[in-house]
Amino acid sequence: MTHIESVLTAREANEEDEIRSVSATQTNGHGGTIRTATGIYAALVFLLIPLAHLVIPADHGLHVSDYLVTLLGKILCYAAVAVALDLVWGYTGILSLGHGVFFALGGYAFGMYLMRGIGLDGSYHSHLPDFMVFLDWKELPWYWLGTDHILWAAFLVVAVPGILALVFGYFAFRSRIKGVYFSIITQAMTVAFMLLFFRNETGFGGNNGFTDFKRILGFSITAPGTRIVLFALSAALLLGTLYLARRLTVSKFGRILTAIRDAESRLMFIGYNPLYFKLFIWTLSAVICAVAGALYVPQVGIINPGEMSPSNSIEMVVWVAVGGRGTLIGPVIGAFLVNLAKSWFTVSFPEYWLFFLGAVFVIVTLFLPHGVVGLWKKMKTMTKGGAS
Amino acid sequence: MIKRMLPFILLTAALLDTAAGPAWAGPVVDPVIIETLAGEDSDAKIEAINRLVRDMPDQALPVLTAMAGDALYIAEGRLVTVDGDTVKDAVTGEILNPAPENPGTITVNNRVRSKIAECLSALNLFSKDRDARMKSATDLSENATAESLPMIEKALSAEKDSVIAVKLNVARSKMLLVSNDPAIRRKAAEDLTEDPTQSTRQLLAGLLLKNGDDFMEPDKDVRAAAAESVRSIDRQLALGDKLGQIFTGLSLGSLLLLTAMGLAITYGVMGVINMAHGEFLMIGAYAAFAVQTVFRSRFPEYQDAYLLAALPAGFLAAALTGMVLERTVIRFLYGRPLETLLATWGLSLILIQAVRTLFGAQNVEVANPAWMSGGVTVLPNLVLPWNRIVIIGFSIAVLAVMWAILNLTRLGLFVRAVTQNRAMSGCVGVPTGRVDTLAFGLGAGIAGLGGVALSQVSNVGPDMGQSYIIDSFMVVVLGGVGQLAGAVWAALGLGVLSKFLEGWAGAVIAKIIVLVFVIVFIQKRPQGMFALKGRTVESGS
Repeated sequence: MTHIESVLTAREANEEDEIRSVSATQTNGHGGTIRTATGIYAALVFLLIPLAHLVIPADHGLHVSDYLVTLLGKILCYAAVAVALDLVWGYTGILSLGHGVFFALGGYAFGMYLMRGIGLDGSYHSHLPDFMVFLDWKELPWYWLGTDHILWAAFLVVAVPGILALVFGYFAFRSRIKGVYFSIITQAMTVAFMLLFFRNETGFGGNNGFTDFKRILGFSITAPGTRIVLFALSAALLLGTLYLARRLTVSKFGRILTAIRDAESRLMFIGYNPLYFKLFIWTLSAVICAVAGALYVPQVGIINPGEMSPSNSIEMVVWVAVGGRGTLIGPVIGAFLVNLAKSWFTVSFPEYWLFFLGAVFVIVTLFLPHGVVGLWKKMKTMTKGGAS
Repeated sequence: MIKRMLPFILLTAALLDTAAGPAWAGPVVDPVIIETLAGEDSDAKIEAINRLVRDMPDQALPVLTAMAGDALYIAEGRLVTVDGDTVKDAVTGEILNPAPENPGTITVNNRVRSKIAECLSALNLFSKDRDARMKSATDLSENATAESLPMIEKALSAEKDSVIAVKLNVARSKMLLVSNDPAIRRKAAEDLTEDPTQSTRQLLAGLLLKNGDDFMEPDKDVRAAAAESVRSIDRQLALGDKLGQIFTGLSLGSLLLLTAMGLAITYGVMGVINMAHGEFLMIGAYAAFAVQTVFRSRFPEYQDAYLLAALPAGFLAAALTGMVLERTVIRFLYGRPLETLLATWGLSLILIQAVRTLFGAQNVEVANPAWMSGGVTVLPNLVLPWNRIVIIGFSIAVLAVMWAILNLTRLGLFVRAVTQNRAMSGCVGVPTGRVDTLAFGLGAGIAGLGGVALSQVSNVGPDMGQSYIIDSFMVVVLGGVGQLAGAVWAALGLGVLSKFLEGWAGAVIAKIIVLVFVIVFIQKRPQGMFALKGRTVESGS
């Protein structure tokens, strides 16, 4: 090892120690705190918000509006994505700039079911989706077969992005593409998919994508009850993702993931083959994203290729960065902070949103490498230090 | 007797002189023709034009020119041209004073007009000016009717210039395809290979079609000759297409090269993937726009030279932005490549929004200077536009300068040293910090130059950098980092490859195939085509 590399490794080792200490305090278990937090969260999302939306009348001050339920449901999906992304980036050190593809593919797969659910109520009153009538197609393409069954659609939600991630990951990890190279390749993948889905001939509605959904399992998609069920499912997804992620990260498997992040070469010298560890966590992360996408689409009521644009995928990364990577609660906080800020900015000062987002990228990477959670921990240790 | 008649003759002459004096000075147009031209019957008019051209070709030229410009009138039984208040005799060009009252108009409909154009072309075949002859021959080879045949044959026998002669022969052969003599038709079909255009191909292919049970062309040998010519034209057309694709591929490749060179340097020297690199392109293009605006308002007479001033402006604007960003942000992220990627993405968002706020979200218009418009016709179906030729030449020049900077200057020496081993370079006294800033500025500046070039061939808008950045990353991935050679081959290769695939499978599929190709390629050569040789252990970012 040359001098420069030893310097670099030393510098990294320092940082890694910081990360490790952060994640250590995270994982060392404040079992009680976690249980309380979970309880509050469950009460809030499964009881209070549904009641406030369904029971309290619309003119009452405590009523939770349609807009708010949809917004929160959306952000819950995003938060699950952020946790999934954190598993590969924060814990395993693989920066993906292409998770938007998995999210959107999940959304498209479920969107196919929703499109079929429109039935004869479309503008052309055909059993084919409107855009196919518009393209003068006579029958469904083969890959649309069976999508009128929700179970098959649910299978596609998991299978298609999962297989894509598996194949892509296998070839990328096998040839040991990593670091920025991997990031760039994933970004190129999103662009390729975006271009593919922009084509009308691909059979997914071209640049308009899917929209105008009517019903889901026979229930009207705009009914408050449906909305609350979707919201609760999103909340459950986030909870499940967090649970799974915690079980994974505190296990021996999680230790190996962190080892891949910190010193992959050394791990290989000990005798591990990082390929399958990376491949597993990468595919799992993709599948979680896909499920989140599938829940996201019926709530916002539209999916189009714009979801696959590279900027969307990078925004997902910034949720994790803002919250604090290498922690589990960080990405959730980050997803909420950034997206609430986005909803506020795009309504109040649309022209400043990009300035703000750009500044967030720069400030977080320069000054808050461990995100909000890291900052909070630092402040806590500082005040403790001051007190003692 | 004569003496007695003399006064009478003189008188008559004097009378005639006042009545129709100037007409005596030159040849007279047959009154029948004049009357017919003034009439309403288009067929008769065309016939009259044919007679005019045949009988008095020298006089026909000015008359028809005037007629084509709707300036021909009839006054006092002769053809005149009217230009404002001046009335001239159309044949002799003599100014008529006093001007005749109320000249009668000659109407020209579209059919007559195209006939006139054809005749003018035929008449111009005998012009002394080579360009005029060339233009007429080209026009005639595209559309001529049988009446021009004698003129064309006459011109063909007199023509010395071989290029024009070929064109004339094409025009002649097209007419001879309907000759009664099969031998002549066959010769014509064979000669038409000299004009490999779609229209000629269609003309020949039309002979091979069946009308009911009979072929359009009854003679078997003529059909064989026509079929052979069609095949030959197809080959020539395909060649033109191929060359055209290679050319557009090269021009795309040279744009990619201008982008990727800077990326390769910054990644090589600093290990920094600069996601804002595309925005330096955009800054360069907007600098070109700004310089153009200044030239339009301040120095309209030198407008075409604005591009020359835009080059240093684009370079400096991008290089300064780059150096400022390096000093204020990127400097603090060395050794953390993934974070740099995010931070530079953030910078790119800020730059895009800043340009949007300053210049508006709409695309701005950057015009080609006059000397860059138009193109060179290499084959009938292959025109190489000047702006793309200039860009290819320009990127070769930039490449040469870059090569010289990297290999012949002290800065280049330092840059290469830091690329190979930062710590050692620092130990022997290379000011690595300053080298970083300068190298980053250089990379950004080259992207700025690329932006100026790009402004000549594509839209200039706030988002323009984003569409090139991924392609140029592919170039860097493919070519390997820190190397000019890798960037050059990868850029040109990707450019040509994607243009070929585009012709074959459409733009989107082409992009996807290229991406898959790159992924498969780095399976085999993870370090790119031209890996730096040496013992480099991965630093496991």
